Amino acid sequence: MKAKITMEVTIMSIKWDEFFITGDPLILGSQIAIVLTMIGAVAGITYLKKWKYLWTEWLTTVDHKKIGMMYIISAVLMFFRGGMDGLLMKAQTAQPEMGFLDSQHYNEIFTTHGVIMILFMAMPFLIGLMNVVIPLQIGARDVAFPQLNALSFWLFFSGAMLFNISFVIGGSPDAGWTSYFPLAGKEFSPGIGNNFYAVALQIAGIGTLMTGINFIVTILKMRTKGMTLMKMPMFTWTTFVTSILIVAAFPIFTVALALMTFDRLYGTHFFTVSGGGMDMLWANLFWLWGHPEVYIVALPAFGIFSEVISTFSRKSLFGYKSMVFSILGIALLSMVVWVHHFYTMGSGPAVNSFFSITTMAIAIPTGVKMFNWLFTMRKGRIKISSAMLWALAFVPCFVIGGVTGVMLAMGAADYQYHNTLFLVAHFHYVLIPGVVFAVFAGLYYWWPKMFGFMLNEKIGKWHFWLFVIGFNVTFMPMFFLGLNGAVRRAYTYSAESGFAPLFMLSAIGSIILAAGFAVFCYNIYWSIRYADRNISSDPWDARTLEWSTASPVQFYNFAKLQEVKSLDPFWHMKKKNEGLTLYDSEIEEIHMPSNSWLPIYMGVIFGIAGFLLVFEWHIAAALAAIGIFAGLIIRSFDYNEGFHVKKDEIHRIENAWRKTEGEVHDHVS
Amino acid sequence: MKKILLSLTALLPLLVLSGCNMVVFEPQGPVARSITDLINWSLIWMLLVVVVVFGLFGYIVWKYRERPENKDYEPPEEHGSTLLEIIWTGIPILIVIALTIPTVKTLYALEEAPKGYEEKEPITIHVTSADWKWIFSYPEQGIETVNYVNIPEDTPVLFKMTSASTMQSFWVPALGGQKYTMPKMETEMYLVADNPGSYDGQNTNFNGRGYADMKFEVLAQTDEKFNEWLADVKETAPKLTESEYDDLLKPTHMGRLTFSNTHLEWVNHADPHSKAYTNPELYRGHGYQGKTFEEEDNYKSNQPNVMENHGQGGHDESEDNHGGDHNEH
Ligand code: HEM
Ligand SMILES: [Cu+2]
Ligand SMILES: [Cu+2]
Repeated sequence: MKAKITMEVTIMSIKWDEFFITGDPLILGSQIAIVLTMIGAVAGITYLKKWKYLWTEWLTTVDHKKIGMMYIISAVLMFFRGGMDGLLMKAQTAQPEMGFLDSQHYNEIFTTHGVIMILFMAMPFLIGLMNVVIPLQIGARDVAFPQLNALSFWLFFSGAMLFNISFVIGGSPDAGWTSYFPLAGKEFSPGIGNNFYAVALQIAGIGTLMTGINFIVTILKMRTKGMTLMKMPMFTWTTFVTSILIVAAFPIFTVALALMTFDRLYGTHFFTVSGGGMDMLWANLFWLWGHPEVYIVALPAFGIFSEVISTFSRKSLFGYKSMVFSILGIALLSMVVWVHHFYTMGSGPAVNSFFSITTMAIAIPTGVKMFNWLFTMRKGRIKISSAMLWALAFVPCFVIGGVTGVMLAMGAADYQYHNTLFLVAHFHYVLIPGVVFAVFAGLYYWWPKMFGFMLNEKIGKWHFWLFVIGFNVTFMPMFFLGLNGAVRRAYTYSAESGFAPLFMLSAIGSIILAAGFAVFCYNIYWSIRYADRNISSDPWDARTLEWSTASPVQFYNFAKLQEVKSLDPFWHMKKKNEGLTLYDSEIEEIHMPSNSWLPIYMGVIFGIAGFLLVFEWHIAAALAAIGIFAGLIIRSFDYNEGFHVKKDEIHRIENAWRKTEGEVHDHVS
Repeated sequence: MKKILLSLTALLPLLVLSGCNMVVFEPQGPVARSITDLINWSLIWMLLVVVVVFGLFGYIVWKYRERPENKDYEPPEEHGSTLLEIIWTGIPILIVIALTIPTVKTLYALEEAPKGYEEKEPITIHVTSADWKWIFSYPEQGIETVNYVNIPEDTPVLFKMTSASTMQSFWVPALGGQKYTMPKMETEMYLVADNPGSYDGQNTNFNGRGYADMKFEVLAQTDEKFNEWLADVKETAPKLTESEYDDLLKPTHMGRLTFSNTHLEWVNHADPHSKAYTNPELYRGHGYQGKTFEEEDNYKSNQPNVMENHGQGGHDESEDNHGGDHNEH
């Protein structure tokens, strides 16, 4: 009866007091900060008269490099958001029975942390680097479908924004990043928080699926002359296999999310307790996508390390062929291991034995890669730059993640590790060295290619040491906490448990980690302001084609498409002094795609329709969805053929960076 | 050879983790011990891997780092070595085999009463997890407890587990591994306690607001004490009624309860056709509230339970106080 007395603020049958999340100082602060930031951004852009620039150069662009940068910027922002979530959790568990966050709050935070880190930080960071680098590495002028590429980005961005507003409007999902049923169903979570999960991830997922298709076609069809599959750089190989995995795994998630949406919005019974639903079906579908997803982010990371290690050891990759086969092996195996996430579901010893074996088998190709990296460095001359430091730290840290992974893979032993902090420590030891170290390595490595100046190496070392030490101090204690019975996702623990010292240590670690991230942000700021702009287009003396063109790369990438004769083509071109010169007679007109407003329009419409669907305002959502169809129809009648870059312009641009005509500029920095 | 290694494993936890006593390394029963043995066996191999890779890594990075002296050194062209690659494919395969065999053996062994206890008649206890409490029913003894379970020492206990709400996980780390409890399904697990003592148990599978406190105590007793306790409960504990049981299943925290009958008399949640007691109104709270759906077989229904000779639901009369107090944040 209390309900009748409490104030209901309903205008247009919307309950506004539920719509905005109120009553929490943290959230109120964020709401104010968000509004102020938005006002500030709008005012700033207007004052600097940058709207037109923003629109024509960025928001409507179809240039793979700019799309890549937008992905990376979004990913850094999401890293900040996810990292704040991580810090809040560490603060809450720093001492027993802390009252900093209540359980509802903690639940929302680990859920959004997991989703954001994996889907809105790791994925876009890697896809961003793929976007920037892959067409350059294969000597192409863009991806196969530039406009689709822009659409991918805007759908991802739209999904990410929709997911992120949930904590100030409507309430965040709170059933874990795995969103297990029946908990995530309406029976146990009647708030709309988990609608955000279902709808936002669906929108972003469609974008990712398109990226997968786009990169498969790009890599298969657009490689420059002479670059056979077995002459592709390793990052291209891993991107290719990752794209195949995306196309294989994401449709499963799409279907699972659709069923989840039906269950939550329309009362179907796929996963519910009542009405004959099957909760185990969700767990299976989720991990059928979820495990490959882990490799979707890990494989490109392996590719980045391969490039960085080879470049800074001044040697070609050891065991290239076995590297390729191990990637393929990992990809195949990753589709048949999903049950290791729920050995404890009681599927019986035969099933658990099978999946224990397939899971442990993944260690074999992974081990092969590890030794190949080590032997790439052997007999090399290892230059310990910032980028290389990340690759070096990756080796021991990832080995710890790997061996604990094998321990978890042993079904019977997992009965003791399952859902404990041992598991949480393990997957952070895989994801942080495997993905975060990789994107940092990639960023330091390709930054000069993207922007024409380097990130500061000295600040980079501070960034590195703080981050790596902080990471180990944060997550190492969690192994021991888990073995002593500390479970995951618990917002607090008792003083008698004896967990307090290690939790405290871990919390201190997370502060060091955060300091590392802050130094990283400072490094970007410092380098934008002060870094030397007058650098070589090949500052690392690197080996692959992206370094054979200007930095920052001219919009058409290559004036002349290169011919490739071997692995590490640019290295050999430099050695033999072949193909480095551009003759006037070789310059031809270049055909490039035009900008388009449709991708961002689709992103906005998807976002609006998704938002309305989340709030279960079905008619409004359906009306908004008409806008999606309108976009599709407009696109079908779009006959824009792109434009041609005139010879004069190419001549001018090439002269500017090649210093003297007919001669390439000094490549050794 | 294997024996020597195995006996070494006993030392490992002491060596590696000296100083900290962790529950997983201090098994208090044969089931937990078999898992700990497996973990120790894997630790040896993993330690070997770590030592080899770290050693190689340190050596290579140190030896081949760039120094002023080797500025002019140009590394050789080198594409791989079939022999080396076969070696480092082969050795991991052997390690995986060495780990697989005991893993599979243990997986099968854990499904049955532990070795050496086959003779002893196991006692069966039904576990029903609810939000956010554990209900233990002793059908043979006709008693029921909430949030604690007493067992006789040295006797295999067969837990038959199900859930009255979401998917949860039953874990007593000192005595054995864990397994999920799921609505309308039954999972089984054997545990044995070597000695009398109190062991912590808890849910490990996240199930909403009250998850962190969903704990219980396992008290292992001598046969004598256990029987005394049984008799005492039979004599003094109250009977559980259906409407009390409905209240019990609501999402709450509570202390310990004891009854001299079991809810299995009218519902076994493991039965695929049993009624669902879900009631979304009780879970309203944070944020904007969505539409919920009336189900044929949940709390509102008047359908009889499928359990035999129980013809009357009687769960709907107490529902009027549930109506959406969800504006209260
Ligand atoms: C940067 C510092 C990070 C910190 C301090 C951090 C901290 C945490 C903490 C405290 C938890 C929850 C533990 C629990 O109570 O169950 C957690 C969960 C998780 N983290 Fe992180 N993390 C970090 C980075 C990452 C990264 C980079 C990723 C992925 C790429 C990631 C993925 C996850 C996932 C998937 C979960 C599980 C969420 C769930 O239980 O639903 N984290 N993290
Ligand atoms: Cu997995
Ligand atoms: Cu089941």
